[in-house]
Amino acid sequence: MSTLVTERPRTAQNLISQTRQVSFWAEHAAPIGLVVLVIVFSILSPSFLTFGNIRAMLIAAAILVILAVAQAFVITTGGIDLSISATMTVGAVGFGIAWQAGLGFVASAIIAILSAMVIGVINGLLIAKGRVTDFIVTLGTLSVATGLALIISDGKPISVNSPELLRLTSGSIGIFGYPIILAAIVGVIAWFVMFRTRFGLHVQAVGGSEESAVANGVSAVTVRIAVYLISAGLAGLAALLLVARVGAAEPAINTAFLLNAIAAVVLGGVSLTGGKAKIVGPIIGALLLTALTNGLTLLGVSQFYQPLAVGLVVVLAALLTRYQKK
Amino acid sequence: MTDTMTQSVDSSTDPDVLLSATNIKKSFGGVHALKGASLTLRRGEITALIGDNGAGKSTMVRCLSGIHPPDSGTITLDGEVVSFGTPKEAQKSGIETVQQNLALVEELAVWQNFFLGRELTQGFGPFRTLNRKLMKATAQELITDLAVNVPPVTSKVRRLSGGQRQALAIARAAGWGGKIVIMDEPTAALGVQETAKVEQTIRTLRDAGVSVLLISHNFDQVMRLSDHVWVFRAGLAVAGRRTAETSGEELVALITGAKEA
Ligand SMILES: Nc1ncnc2c1ncn2[C@@H]1O[C@H](COP(=O)(O)OP(=O)(O)OP(=O)(O)O)[C@@H](O)[C@H]1O
Ligand SMILES: [Mg+2]
Repeated sequence: MSTLVTERPRTAQNLISQTRQVSFWAEHAAPIGLVVLVIVFSILSPSFLTFGNIRAMLIAAAILVILAVAQAFVITTGGIDLSISATMTVGAVGFGIAWQAGLGFVASAIIAILSAMVIGVINGLLIAKGRVTDFIVTLGTLSVATGLALIISDGKPISVNSPELLRLTSGSIGIFGYPIILAAIVGVIAWFVMFRTRFGLHVQAVGGSEESAVANGVSAVTVRIAVYLISAGLAGLAALLLVARVGAAEPAINTAFLLNAIAAVVLGGVSLTGGKAKIVGPIIGALLLTALTNGLTLLGVSQFYQPLAVGLVVVLAALLTRYQKK
Repeated sequence: MTDTMTQSVDSSTDPDVLLSATNIKKSFGGVHALKGASLTLRRGEITALIGDNGAGKSTMVRCLSGIHPPDSGTITLDGEVVSFGTPKEAQKSGIETVQQNLALVEELAVWQNFFLGRELTQGFGPFRTLNRKLMKATAQELITDLAVNVPPVTSKVRRLSGGQRQALAIARAAGWGGKIVIMDEPTAALGVQETAKVEQTIRTLRDAGVSVLLISHNFDQVMRLSDHVWVFRAGLAVAGRRTAETSGEELVALITGAKEA
């Protein structure tokens, strides 16, 4: 999980002695939490670990995985993108409008991603060039994007009967539906970009210490604009999955996605202060949150309790991060 | 030799002078950190810059290394007027700097800091990836020359001691083959052995033809190493001396203002 280079060869003994330290649990909160949840739910509900349910869970997790990866880039720079789910809504509506105009799947998909990236450009420019606080800017664009989606669509869902989208939701390889495969591809590319390219290193450097990064010739402005563009672009991609799942482009406010995306990143062990990059962690965090919601539903727990459960898990994770190794 | 102003004005035509900063002004809000300071660096020499805390030494360093451009004044390098908008531009002109704050990113590993902003890559186009192996090996080699307790290049800077951090920052600046290396208090946190190593590094750089600008509060070190000394007081260069022609007492008097240049 610690994707930066740390001590590689770990003997089993070493591992066992590590489990006696709080920091071990803190570093691996997400995978441990996921395993615990899976064990608990599979005991409580026999249908939890069935082929069908796992497949459904993975499909349901896809959007959140993509959003968590997107958010991870922003949070690694020490920023935050509160507009991410509203941006996804803009992407969905963009797709719907283009599809309605008869542009076909590919063109509509490109328009979805581009219209989402418009929000990303605004975020990036205001934060990196305008030097306005990320929190304020993305809170503003959250509202702007939500309003735009409502205005453009006239507040009505646009139903989309695209065979391509249908294939996207229903197709699968074994237990893995196409949505989670798409999310996995996003995850692999994101990991590669973050840990194997100059850009990724610069993202971490700007998050760690902007002043030092700049003194060494890194352009913090470029990096910041880029992460908000990545975030918005991935939100646009997630919008395709959203439209595919709903069967329509809805101008609905998806606040739960915003909170869960941030929660997944925090669960994944990424510090909100920036500089500490993780990609696998947030992905596991997203899987954990999806498993939690799914398990509670299977157990017949009322929908009302789900945000409560998610909130508890996140606060617990945030508490645990205090014990992470520095 | 004693008149600072005429010397720095003449310097633009002097072929021995590699870099000259003339009449540099820099304010931060109401704080006038530099009020028209000047200095010159000669080819292949170690030039010291001394002065009390807050005299403006580090501000001058940051102007020369492109971190913040001066409000006014000119910098000439090799006889040509230059202006650095970013640190990258200063690096491209061959100016390497050890900032007083070391400019390290604590969350990154030693080798990542070493190559930050100038990473070695392999492949081409969008498929270019970091050449981690080469960067680690190179960083290890260059730091080993400098540090007494060599940290592993894969450890995070956060885990390094103050002296190890300083060694890393110095190795980084010295390793890039610039024609000017600026060091802002490079031995401030170092032990006896490490200080000796750094001083040796500075001499080695000079012997290789590099001009070094050394900021230091240690008079013995300045007398030992430098060829020329500039004294800053309250944002101005108040005196310039050949080291051979001055003494520790005179420098102290110049710094405090007990003696006017
Ligand atoms: N970024 C900044 N913002 C505001 N004031 C600054 C800034 N940088 C420097 N100053 C001010 O400029 C003056 C000169 O500071 P500088 O760091 O150049 O001093 P110095 O000679 O390097 O001192 P020292 O020996 O303590 O390192 C000080 O009064 C300092 O407070
Ligand atoms: Mg200083």
